[in-house]
Amino acid sequence: MTNEPIDRGGSWHPLIELALARLREFAREPEAVFWAFIFPILISVTMAAAFPGSGSKPAIVAIGPGMAATAIRATLAHTLGITVREIPADDEARALREGEVHLLIVPTDPPTYRFDPARDESRIARLLVDNALKKAAGRAEPWSAREEPLQVAGSRYVDWLIPGIVGLNIMGTSMWGIGFSIVQARMRKLLKRLIASPMRKSEYLLAQIGGRLVLLAPEAGVPLLFGVLALGMPIRGSLVTTSIVCLVGALAFGGVGLLLASRARTFEAISGLMNLTMVPMWIVSGVFFSSSNFPPAVQPVIQALPLTALINALRSVVLEGAGLQSVLRELAVLSVWGVGGFTLALRIFRWR
Amino acid sequence: MVGVSCTNLVKRYGDVVAVDGLSFRVDRGECFGLLGPNGAGKTTTIEILEGLLEPDAGDVEILGLKWRTHERELRQRLGVQLQETQLAEKLTVEETLRLFRSFYHRGRTLDEMLRIVELESKRRSWVGKLSGGQKQRLAVACALAGDPDVLFLDEPTTGLDPQSRRQLWALLAQFREQGGTLLLTTHYMDEAETLCDRVAIVDHGRVIAEGAPRELIASLGAPRVVTHQGTLEDVFVALTGRHLREE
Repeated sequence: MTNEPIDRGGSWHPLIELALARLREFAREPEAVFWAFIFPILISVTMAAAFPGSGSKPAIVAIGPGMAATAIRATLAHTLGITVREIPADDEARALREGEVHLLIVPTDPPTYRFDPARDESRIARLLVDNALKKAAGRAEPWSAREEPLQVAGSRYVDWLIPGIVGLNIMGTSMWGIGFSIVQARMRKLLKRLIASPMRKSEYLLAQIGGRLVLLAPEAGVPLLFGVLALGMPIRGSLVTTSIVCLVGALAFGGVGLLLASRARTFEAISGLMNLTMVPMWIVSGVFFSSSNFPPAVQPVIQALPLTALINALRSVVLEGAGLQSVLRELAVLSVWGVGGFTLALRIFRWR
Repeated sequence: MVGVSCTNLVKRYGDVVAVDGLSFRVDRGECFGLLGPNGAGKTTTIEILEGLLEPDAGDVEILGLKWRTHERELRQRLGVQLQETQLAEKLTVEETLRLFRSFYHRGRTLDEMLRIVELESKRRSWVGKLSGGQKQRLAVACALAGDPDVLFLDEPTTGLDPQSRRQLWALLAQFREQGGTLLLTTHYMDEAETLCDRVAIVDHGRVIAEGAPRELIASLGAPRVVTHQGTLEDVFVALTGRHLREE
C-alpha cells in the first residue's frame, strides 16, 4: 500500500471514535447510568445498616417459670450484652427453634440451659449467661484480662467490607457493561458491518475496555467516598496506588468480560455465563467474609481468581497503607487475566 | 478492466448447497445486479465477494486483488451495505458517520457525505429516530465514507416506500456517474431494470440467465400479453415457471 499520510476527514483515531461511541451509548441509557452510580451506594447503605460500626448484638435469653427465676432475672438485668425477653411458657420451644431467643434458662438448681449448639448466637448466649450466673453465685476470678475492643476506625468489619464492595462493583459493571453491549451489537449485525469496513478487530475490543475505564472513577469512587464520609473509613494508602489497583482490576475484568462475550449470541446466553463466572467469586473471593475460611486445598485456586486478587490488593492499600510494591503479586494475577482474556477473546471472537 | 469477478463459487451449509458453481464478471464503472427470489443464494454470494464468507470452492478477484493476499487494501477500497445491519440507535447521524470515516485512510468529509445522502438536516438526530428510508441512506453513506471504488449493496431498497426508493436510486446513479462500480442484489425487477447495466438471474445458487435487462426481456420474443410490456419478472417466470416473489 502507499505511504500517503492518513486522512481521516476530521474523525479521531478509530480507537477513540469506538470508545466514544461506546461511552455515548452508555450515557444515553438512563437506566444504565442510574444503576452504575446508585447500586454501589445502595449496597453500601444496606451494609452499613446491617453491620453498625460499634456495639454488638445482645444475646437474647428467656427464663422459664420456677422459684429461682426472679433471682436469675435480677442478675441478668445488670449484665451487659444480655437481654431478657418474656416468652409465654407454651411458646418457648417455638421461640428457641426460630431463633427469637438464643437460650432458654430453666431455673432448676443448678440451672438448665436449653439451646441449639449449632447456632453461634446460642453458644455465645450460653457462655455469657453461665459466666454471669457463676459470678453472681460468688465464683472467684483467678485474674482479669485486659481488653482492647476494636473500635478504631479502619479495623471494624464495615471498614473491611468497603474494599470488597468496591471490588465487587468494578467486577460487575465491567463485565455486564462489556458483555451486554457486545452481544447487542452482535444481535443487530453491527459487528458484521464493522468487520466489513477496514476497522481493526483488536481496536474494537480495546475500545470496549477503554470506554469502560472512564466510568471507573465513579464506580470505584462512589463506594470509597461513601465509606470515608458516611462511615469514617480511613484510606491509609496513597490515592495514586488505590487508583492503579482499581485500574488494573478494571482491565482484568474487561478482558474476562470480552472473553465471556466473545461467542454468546443472546442475552440469555451471556447472562448465564456472567452469573456462572461471578457468583462463585462473590462467595469465595472474600467480599463479605474472609476467603481464608475455605480449606487450604482450594486456596491456590481462590488466590488465583481476579476478584480475590483485586480485593486483597485494595484492602492492603486502603486499610493497611501498603505501597505498590507490596501488591505486585495481586497486580500480576490481574494482568494475566486481563491480557489472557483479551488475547483469547480476539482469537475466538464471533463477529457475525 | 475487471471490477469484480468470481468463478465457480460453491458454498454449502451442511447438506444445503447455497451457491452452486456461480460465475460472473463485472467491469469497472458498471452496475451489475444479482436478481432472484429469497433463498436463491444472492446474499451468500455477495458476502463471499465482500470477504465476509469463505467459499468452499471457486475464486474471487476484486480490482485485480484477492482477499487472501490483499484484505487490508481491499477493505479500504470497498464500500459495503449489509442487508440486516441495524446501526446503533443512540448515536447521532453525525457520530455514526464520524465513526465509519475514522476507519478509512482517505475519503469524503462529513459534510460531503451528509450532502450526498441528503441528511444534513438530520445530522444531530439519533439513528433510532430516523425513518426507514433515512436509515437506509445513512447505511449507504457509511458505505461511501471511504470514497470506494466498488460498492456492494444487499437489497438496498427492501421495505422502503416508493419515494425513498427513488431517492436512493438517484444517489446510486450519481455514484455510477462518477465512475464507481456497483454490485447489488435485489428481488425487485423494476430496481434492476432502472439501475443495472447487466443482471444475472440467480436461482438455486446458479446463474440461469445473464445480460442487459432489455436483452433478456427481448429474448422472450414478442410480449405475450398485449397490454403489458415485458419485464424481468416475465424472464424469470419463463425460465423457472415460478414468480420471483410469492404474492
